[in-house]
Amino acid sequence: MRRILVPAFTFLLGLLVWSGDAFAFCGFYVGKADTKLFNKASEVAIARHDNKTVITMANDFNGDVKEFAMVVPVPAVLEKEQIHIGDPALLKHLADYSAPRLVEYFDENPCLRDDLMQDRMGAMKNRVPAAAESTSERNRVLGVTVDAQYLVGEYDILILSAKDSAGLEAWLAENGYKIPTGASAVLHSYLKQNLKFFVAKVNLGEQAKLGLTHLRPLQIAFESPKFMLPIRLGTVNADGAQELFIYFLTKQGRVETTNYRTARLPESQEIPLYVKDQFGDFYRDLFTQQVKRESQRGVFLEYAWDMNWCDPCAADPLSAEELRGLGVFWQSNFSGPQRGRNMPMAQNVFLTRLHVRYDAAHFPEDLMFQETSDRSNFQARYILRHPWTGTDECAAATAYRQQLRERYEKEAQRLATLTGWNIGEIRTRMNLASLPAEKEQAWYRRLWNN
Amino acid sequence: MKLDRLRNSGSSLDPRLYQIASLSAILLYGLLCLHFDVSAAQVAVTIGAALLAQYAGARHAGLPAFDPKSPLISSLSLCLLLRTDHLAVAALAAAIAIGSKFAIRWKDKHLFNPTNLALAVMIGSGLGWISPGQWGQAAWFGFLVAGLGSLVVTRAARTDVTLAFLFCYAGLLFTRALWLGDPLAIPLHQLESGALLIFAFFMISDPKTTPDSRTGRIVYALLATLVALYVQFDLFKPNGPLWGLIACAPFVPLLDRLFPAVRYDWSRPTTGQPSVPVPLALSLHPQRRFS
Repeated sequence: MRRILVPAFTFLLGLLVWSGDAFAFCGFYVGKADTKLFNKASEVAIARHDNKTVITMANDFNGDVKEFAMVVPVPAVLEKEQIHIGDPALLKHLADYSAPRLVEYFDENPCLRDDLMQDRMGAMKNRVPAAAESTSERNRVLGVTVDAQYLVGEYDILILSAKDSAGLEAWLAENGYKIPTGASAVLHSYLKQNLKFFVAKVNLGEQAKLGLTHLRPLQIAFESPKFMLPIRLGTVNADGAQELFIYFLTKQGRVETTNYRTARLPESQEIPLYVKDQFGDFYRDLFTQQVKRESQRGVFLEYAWDMNWCDPCAADPLSAEELRGLGVFWQSNFSGPQRGRNMPMAQNVFLTRLHVRYDAAHFPEDLMFQETSDRSNFQARYILRHPWTGTDECAAATAYRQQLRERYEKEAQRLATLTGWNIGEIRTRMNLASLPAEKEQAWYRRLWNN
Repeated sequence: MKLDRLRNSGSSLDPRLYQIASLSAILLYGLLCLHFDVSAAQVAVTIGAALLAQYAGARHAGLPAFDPKSPLISSLSLCLLLRTDHLAVAALAAAIAIGSKFAIRWKDKHLFNPTNLALAVMIGSGLGWISPGQWGQAAWFGFLVAGLGSLVVTRAARTDVTLAFLFCYAGLLFTRALWLGDPLAIPLHQLESGALLIFAFFMISDPKTTPDSRTGRIVYALLATLVALYVQFDLFKPNGPLWGLIACAPFVPLLDRLFPAVRYDWSRPTTGQPSVPVPLALSLHPQRRFS
C-alpha cells in the first residue's frame, strides 16, 4: 500500500502546479460494480467508536412486506430512542462511493521526446482523480418476556428475552414469524450468551399511511464491547450462500475480521478494453474466483479509505451530514471548508468495506471484528489502457507497436486468471489473431541493430 | 561410550536453530502465498533492530559473546504477528523486545517473554495491531506440524507448558461450546488460529521466562489460559492468550519460589526435574545468560 500512497500524494501536490494540463494524461473513472449484481445481498453499515455502535441494516427484500420479519440478536434491551429509521439513499451513496471501480487511460505518443517527464507521469497517470399479539399468560408459559414494544416508522419492533430457546421458537412461530427449523440451537446459544432479540416486522397500516413502497433501513444504537455481527441465524436452512456487504465507519482506521481471514482483492490490474461493457460480470466472476481461492472462508476487503477524499471517485465522498445519518456521532456539526469540486470535508472518518459470501459450512461462527490503526488506503480498482493509435514513425513507435501484442496477451491471461473465463474466448473477443505476429529478431541483430 | 558421544552431539545442536528455520519458513509462506501485510523493509528493519539491540545489550551487560539466535526468534515472531504502517514502530517493537531482556529482570532471569511484551506495548499503545485471522487453513496445518516438530527437537524440555496450555485452552473452548449447545465446528474453528500456535509453541514455551519446575509451569499455563479466555469471552477482545501470558509473567518468580528447580540453559535443555543429572558447575555457578 505504501507503494501507492506515495505517488498518489505526489500527484495531488503536482496537480496544483500543473493545473489543467495534467488532465491530458489522466485516467478517467468509467464504471463501478453495483452491489445489486449479487443475489440475496444484505448491506450493513456499522459506525463505531469507543464501544458505542450504530448499526444500519438493509436488505434486498423483494417479496410481500406482510412476509417480512427480521430477528437480530442484540446485546441489550434497546430504548425506543435507540431505534431509528435510516435513509436508504445514504446507504446507496456509501455503496457507490466504495464500489469496485474501473478506470481507463490512454497511451501517449511514444515519439514524444520528454522521456523523463513521461516516466514521471506514467507512474502517476493511473492514480488520477477524474471524475405482538400473544397474551401475557401465554408468554409466561413459554418463558418469553417482551422487554419492550415500539412502533418506529413503518416497523413494529419487539425486544424479547427468553428462558429457553424452545419457548422462544414457539413464541415466534405462534406470533407469525417464520423461523427456520434448526434455528433452535442457535437461539439457545445466543440466549446463553445473554443476548436479547430485536424483532421487527412491517406495520401495514403505518406503511400505507406513510405511503411507502419499499422498506427503509432500520438503525439501532447501543453501547457494547462486542464488536461482532451475528450471521448464524441467517445461515440456518439458508438456500445456498448469502452475500453480505459491511461498511464500517470508524475513527481510528481499517476494520478486519479477527476469526476469519480478511483478504484484499486483486487490485490495479490492467484488463482488456472490451471488459468496459461488462464490468459487472467481470467483477462478479472475479469475486467468485477469489472466494474459491480462499476455500470459501475468506472475508474480502473491497475498500479502505479516509472519508476526506477518493481517487478516482466512484461517487463523491459523503458529507458530514450524510455520515451523521449513518451513525457517525463523534464528528462535530462543523462542516469544514469546501475543497475542490464540491467535496465536503468529513474529518476523522475512515471507511472500510468488507464483502463476504457465507454459508453455515464455512462460517460456523459469527463475524468478529477489530479496528486496527491501519490508515493506508485500498481500493478494488481495474484499469483499461487504450493503445496509442497515431501514425508517427520513429524507433520508439516501432518498438511500442511491437510490444503491444505481448501486452494484449498478458491482459488476456490476467483476465482469464482473475475471472476463470475461457482464454480462447477472451482472445477471440480481443481479436488477438488479427494482430501482426511479432517477428523474433535474431539476438545479434538486436545487438548491432543491422 | 558410543551412546555418550551420540548424546553429546545431539545436545550440541541448539533447539533454537530449528525454531529459527521453522519461523523463517512460515514467514516466507505468509509473505509469498498469503500476502501478509508486512513489507520486506519491515522484516529487515525488525530483524536488524533486534540484532542491534542484542549486540548493544550484550556489550553493556558484559556478556562473553554476541549470540544472534534469540533475537532472531523474537524478531521473526514479531514479523509474523505485528502489523503496522510505520517502519519506526517495527524497529521500536524489536528494541523493546530485546531491551526488556536486559532491563526487566528478577533474580538473574528476565521476566517477560520478549515478543509478548513488545506486542502488548504496541497493541496497548495503538501503534500496531495483530491480524489473528490472517492464516488460512493450509498455513495452520503447516504451522501445527512445525510446532510439533519443535517439541521433538527441544527434546521435551518445555513440552509440558505447551501441552498444558493447549489441552486446557481447547478443553475449555469445547466445554463452552457444549454448554452453549454450539456445534463442535465452532471451537474447532476457534482453535484454527496461527497466532494461537505461535503463542503455544514459541512464546509460552520460552524456557527462559517459564517457571523452572514442571509443577510451576503447569500452574502457569493454567493461569494464562484462564486469563486468555476471560479476555476473549468476557472483555470481548481479540488476542486473549497474549494478554494472558503478559498478565501471568509477574507470577513466575513466585512460582519459582514455591516450586524451586534448576534454571534452564539453552546448551543443556532440561526439564528442571531433579531426576535429571545436572552438571555441578552449572548448579553452583549459574552463568549470566541473556539469551
